[in-house]
Amino acid sequence: MTVFIIRRVMQSILVLFVMSLLVFVGVYAIGNPVEIFVAADADQAERARVIAALGLDKPLWEQYLLFIRNAVMGDLGKSFVFNQPALGLILQRMPATLELAFTAMVIALALGIPLGMYAGFRPQSRIAKAIMAGSILGFSLPTFWVGLMLIMVFAVELGWLPSTGRGATAEVFGIETSLATWDGLSHVLLPALNLALFKLSLVIRLTRAGMRENMLMDYVKFARAKGLTMRRVVFVHVLKNIMIPIVTVVGLELGSVIAFAVVTETVFAWPGMGKLIIDSINNLDRPVIVAYMLITVTMFIVINLVVDVLYSVLDPRVRLADMKG
Amino acid sequence: MATVIERDGIEVVPAAPAEAPFRRFVAEFAESRLAVVALVVLAMIIVAALAAPLISPQDPYDLNQLDILDGRLPPGAESAAGFTFWLGSDDQGRDMLSAILYGLRISLGVGVMSAVIAVLIGTAAGLAAAYFGGRIDTLIMRIVDIQLSFPAILVALILLAVLGQGTGKIIVALVTVQWAYYARTVRGTALVERGKEYVEAARCLALGHGRILFRHLLPNCLPPLIVVATVQVAHAIALEATLSFLGIGLPITEPSLGLLIANGYEYMMSGKYWISFFPGVALLITIVSINLVGDQLRDVLNPRLRK
Repeated sequence: MTVFIIRRVMQSILVLFVMSLLVFVGVYAIGNPVEIFVAADADQAERARVIAALGLDKPLWEQYLLFIRNAVMGDLGKSFVFNQPALGLILQRMPATLELAFTAMVIALALGIPLGMYAGFRPQSRIAKAIMAGSILGFSLPTFWVGLMLIMVFAVELGWLPSTGRGATAEVFGIETSLATWDGLSHVLLPALNLALFKLSLVIRLTRAGMRENMLMDYVKFARAKGLTMRRVVFVHVLKNIMIPIVTVVGLELGSVIAFAVVTETVFAWPGMGKLIIDSINNLDRPVIVAYMLITVTMFIVINLVVDVLYSVLDPRVRLADMKG
Repeated sequence: MATVIERDGIEVVPAAPAEAPFRRFVAEFAESRLAVVALVVLAMIIVAALAAPLISPQDPYDLNQLDILDGRLPPGAESAAGFTFWLGSDDQGRDMLSAILYGLRISLGVGVMSAVIAVLIGTAAGLAAAYFGGRIDTLIMRIVDIQLSFPAILVALILLAVLGQGTGKIIVALVTVQWAYYARTVRGTALVERGKEYVEAARCLALGHGRILFRHLLPNCLPPLIVVATVQVAHAIALEATLSFLGIGLPITEPSLGLLIANGYEYMMSGKYWISFFPGVALLITIVSINLVGDQLRDVLNPRLRK
């Protein structure tokens, strides 16, 4: 067990190293770092200061070490557009993204599990077929286009919900969240629904498959023979069993929801990390781009590490297979 | 199932009567009417995309044919010159139907092009991993695992942020995102195939590595590869549209469906839905029909499901 964790941690550190090297090469070797870290309208003195600060007169490996040292110390340069440290800027936008991702996940589960259970319980019914056709659409529809259509229908045509931006926030347990105010909730609903669509289809399919599999099991027949109502068998016994794969997959998908928030945030002008990175790419605000790359890559490596370790705790077979390899 | 004849204590299964494999394939594919419809629709889309300059009512990028006064006309409206905009017009007075046909050309082109390159790279890597095993296998599969642990959109985003915009660059990004899927698929199949007798026989004949890999192993790895490739082309088209919509994909000189949708975004708020709506529908129909064809191919080519 310990050996497995150590190996995984070592691998993560290696990946982090390779990624930082790639970002470094991408920024320093392909592009001209002076152009990258100095705004186009900077004067000669500013240029000289940056060249000295980045150590561009030193050999390449020394430059890399300097880059890493600055990154570890949280100094990733200042945004040209906001004139703030890039790192702080991203951390400041992170709660909005996490809030959106969290709401989307809740929607996917709250709608997906009941729909999937119904589709698995009566697979031949018309409603079940409609649900499954809907889930195929959910996989095929491009997220950004669905977002546009949601804005068109609910914000422009019907005028029920606001189209863009984040609403009023309120503080709950020390966290600023828009989920605590009505205005905030009305703003988060459309983007969260948009982001949830893909995961919703996934949850429906998983739940349906689990439902169909479990309904044929002996324990269901036994519980029915004992005289339990169908309702109790489905909602207590079967539900518990289908939750296991759903929880694992949802945990794994959380990272991809955060990554896909880039699209939803751009469509709904949601002030999160994703919108920030797209704006930064379009404005050539490179310190923010570099900071975003390093932060998200680190975040994903940590998520993957945690998932791997948890998995090996839950399922010893994973660990054994790895040790053999 | 053929009858089993016992001869000298060894079971001999007489070969099944020769049946044209392609015919059987077609017959099995046609079992799903939905898949056939999807295939027909897909064929029509491809023909329409290829023939766009011939069949589109207007050359949408010839400025002489555009009149700014025809801008943002709703679907079915007629211009002063008597030209009917069946799907409306955009802000430049461009016929949306023509723009969509030209956009399909670019979207399909980029999607197919990146898939072809990714198939070549992924197949080579997967075959090498399975055939040589050992360290090469570990190295290649670790890279694949690590890459697949990041969401596709994130990998593409980072690459494009570093490389910048351009048609070649977006193809590089799409290939980077996709090759790992092919490598994993091919390796999985090739590992199973490698243990079979015909490979052993080829080795006994002292055939070269290259010959065994490409003439013996590769053809037997094709069915799952074809299935993955179909689904991946749909993914590539969707991803390209997403990246182009975000403004970091194709340049404005290559107006794919994603760019057309992005172009209509600002007019959406004033209720002029058609500029974004119809390119999206075209994108949707393309992706859904590819996915339906892919689903049926998977069922037909999967030996486990064969009756």
